[in-house]
Amino acid sequence: MATTTSDLRDAARDVGPVAAGMFLLGTSFGLLVVGSGLAWWWAPVFSGIVFAGSAEFLLVALAVAGTPLAAVAVTTLLVNGRHAFYGLSFPLHRVQGRLARGYAVFALIDEAYALATSRPSEGLTGRRIVAGQAFMQVAWVGGGLVGALAGARFALHVPALDFVFTALFVVLATEAVRAGREATGPLLAVACALVARLVAPGEMLLVAMGLFVGVLLVRHALTGREEPDHAQH
Amino acid sequence: MPSTSYLAAVVAVGAAVTFALRAAPFAVMRTLRSSPLVAYLGRHLPAGVMLVLVVYLLRDLPVDRPLLTLRELVPVAVTAGVHLWRRNALLSMAAGTAVYALALAVVP
Repeated sequence: MATTTSDLRDAARDVGPVAAGMFLLGTSFGLLVVGSGLAWWWAPVFSGIVFAGSAEFLLVALAVAGTPLAAVAVTTLLVNGRHAFYGLSFPLHRVQGRLARGYAVFALIDEAYALATSRPSEGLTGRRIVAGQAFMQVAWVGGGLVGALAGARFALHVPALDFVFTALFVVLATEAVRAGREATGPLLAVACALVARLVAPGEMLLVAMGLFVGVLLVRHALTGREEPDHAQH
Repeated sequence: MPSTSYLAAVVAVGAAVTFALRAAPFAVMRTLRSSPLVAYLGRHLPAGVMLVLVVYLLRDLPVDRPLLTLRELVPVAVTAGVHLWRRNALLSMAAGTAVYALALAVVP
């Protein structure tokens, strides 16, 4: 039977390197918040309440552009849509207590899912999972706070850091395209985005996402009945 | 500068949608697991959504000025290239951002 102390120690060892990375990325999130013209305390508000790394970068960009709330909701839904699949294999049954279970679901970020599902299940207690999630949130919120305070204090604006945000999504896209092991879907997505850019520059994101989901539904309907090679164009 | 109430609404909407997504499979696990359409979307949506976002972030590329366009696209290519090579997110982002800083200095 594992003790609380050994669970905490194991959790710290589990998440150590990941939390260090999250702290660094959190710092650039904090700098982005202040650089976008928001007060420094919005960084911990976003990181503490939303707690969805990449989506937070996007939310700040959408907020600064004054995006309508409906578009904010749809974009969050699509960007974080992958999280709906994490619950299928996340070992929530190991976590005891309503509060702890609620927190485990709230803090089910990519890294938490990856850590909880890639470790051998013996020794992976619920306390160790939840403590790891809490450590990661502390690192993420702390990094955001440090970045935002540094940005506000020293009026720090490094133009090159604007690229961190783009780089984050380039990395996520590269990773997802690699994992998807097919070229048609990604090409269709880029085509949808370019079409939306041309026909609806003001509502590009919403139109592009809607178009892409629509195309996927049509593609599913077509390939569900016949081989992909014979699908109608 | 957006108003505090609007920003609070953005945080609330973002948090509510994110939590609903994370909680959904625990509430409707059986239906979700057996739906072929959901499985199909789960397989094909992520890469496409991320690519749409990348194009969205590059939407204001000055395509009539090749040098400025290259200044934005080369760091993107470097980020993706380094990521395919080492598969280390922080390293890829650091490399891309460093190249971007260099590009800003070379092509002001």
